Amino acid sequence: MTYSVRELAQGVLKRDRRSVARLMTAIENGDPDSRAAVSELYSHTGCAYTVGVTGPPGSGKSTLIGQLAKQYRRQGKKVGVIAVDPSSPFSGGAFLGDRIRMQELSADEGVFVRSMATRGNLGGLAKDTADFVSVLDAFGCDIIFVETVGAGQSEVDVVKLADTIVLVMAPGLGDDIQAIKAGIMEIGDIMVVNKADRENAERTVLEITEALELETEQKEWSPPVVRTIATSSEGADKLVERLEEHRSYLKKAGMTHRRIKGETQLLEALKAKLAETVIADLRSDPDYEGMIEKIASRRLNPYEAATELVGKIVGKKWT
Amino acid sequence: MSETTLKVRSAGAERRIRALVAKPGLNSHDRGAKVIARALRDAGMEVIYTGLRQTPERIVEAAMQEDVDVLCLSILSGAHMTLLPKIVNLMKRKDLDDILVIAGGIIPEEDVSKLKEMGIAEVFGPGTPTPVTVNYIRNNLKRKL
Repeated sequence: MTYSVRELAQGVLKRDRRSVARLMTAIENGDPDSRAAVSELYSHTGCAYTVGVTGPPGSGKSTLIGQLAKQYRRQGKKVGVIAVDPSSPFSGGAFLGDRIRMQELSADEGVFVRSMATRGNLGGLAKDTADFVSVLDAFGCDIIFVETVGAGQSEVDVVKLADTIVLVMAPGLGDDIQAIKAGIMEIGDIMVVNKADRENAERTVLEITEALELETEQKEWSPPVVRTIATSSEGADKLVERLEEHRSYLKKAGMTHRRIKGETQLLEALKAKLAETVIADLRSDPDYEGMIEKIASRRLNPYEAATELVGKIVGKKWT
Repeated sequence: MSETTLKVRSAGAERRIRALVAKPGLNSHDRGAKVIARALRDAGMEVIYTGLRQTPERIVEAAMQEDVDVLCLSILSGAHMTLLPKIVNLMKRKDLDDILVIAGGIIPEEDVSKLKEMGIAEVFGPGTPTPVTVNYIRNNLKRKL
C-alpha cells in the first residue's frame, strides 16, 4: 500500500501509530517530502513535556525510563520514548538494545517507543531526534522521554532538546570525579542515583551533593538528588514528583524557556538548511577535492578557505 | 582517500536496513538470536533486539513502531507451528506485510514448506553461516531501499 509522506503527517494528526512510525523512517532516510511534513506538524507541537535522560552506560537509564513510563501511564498520560544508541563507525550498523528493558510497554497502546542509531552524529543524539520528538508531540504524547547514547561526557545535544534533563548515575561506575571534571553535572536538572541498594550508593549520593555545592553559579533551581532502584521501581514515584516540580518551575519561568527553545530550533533548522544547500553545491564543485588536498598538505588553511567560501556565497547574494 | 575514511564518511549517509530480532515463546536461552543480531549489525544493519519470551502481540507492535524492514524470529521451543503463523497473521491484520519475515532455530524440515505457505519467507536452520542469512535479507527485502 503506497502512501505519500504528506499523508503520513495527516495520519499522525489522526493518531495513527503506523503513520508515526513510517514518517519517522522517511525523515531518517532524508525523504525530500519529510521536511514539508515536519513543517506541517509544527503548529501542532508544543504540548508535550520532553525529558532527556542521560548518564554513563550501565547506569540504568532504559530501565528507569520504563518505570517512569508506567507511572505516567497510571495517570492516563500518553507516553513517547526515543532511545538512541551508537552506530559503529566502521560497519555503519548498530545494536539498538534499549527497547529490551521496556518491552513490556509494547503491550500498552498508550506508549510509543522508537529506537534510533546515531548514524555518525556526535553529541549524544541522532541528527533527527528533534524531529522525532516533534512527530510524537504532534501525535499527542503528553510526555516524551529521550534517552541519550550515554557516553556521559559529551551529551550536549540533549540540552537543546529537552525541557528537563535527568542525569542518571550508579555507584561504582567511576564516573563521579570524571563528571565533575567534565562539567556534565551542570546539565542535570535532576540527579538520580540508581541501583541505590548497592553498598557504595550513599557515598555516590554524598559525592554528587558535594559536587553540586561546588557549582558557584547562583541558580534558581537546585537540582535534587533522587535515589532509585529501577529494577524494582523503587523511587520512581519520587522521581515523578521531582519532574513535576521542575515542570512547574519552568512554567513560572514562562516564555523565557520557550523563547530559548524557539531560538534553538530556528538556528538548528537554519544551520541544517544552509549546510544542506552549501555542502551539496560544494561537493559538485570541480575544485573541491583540490581544496581538500591543499588543506591536508597545509598549503591552505581551512578557516581561511571557509571564510572565502562564505564570502563568495554571500557576495553572490549581494551583487 | 583510504578505504577506512570512505567507510567512515559514508557510514552516516546510507539508507540502513532496520531489523527486529525476536524470540517468541518460552525459550530459555538466546545465544542464537544474539549471534544473528551481531552478524546483522556487523553487516551494517540497525538491529533492535527485543529479548526473551515475547508474545506475538508485543513482537508485532515493536516491529510496527520501529518500522523495520525485516523481522527475524528465533524459536527453539517447538511451538513454531502455533507462534509463527500467529505472528504472520497479526502482521497481515495490521497492514504490515511489507515487512520481510524470516525464522531460525530448531524447525524440522517437514514444517518448512507449510511455514512458507503461511508467509515465512525463509527458514534458516542452526549452523547456517550468518553471511547466508545476511545476503538473503539484502536480496529479498519487500520494501525498496
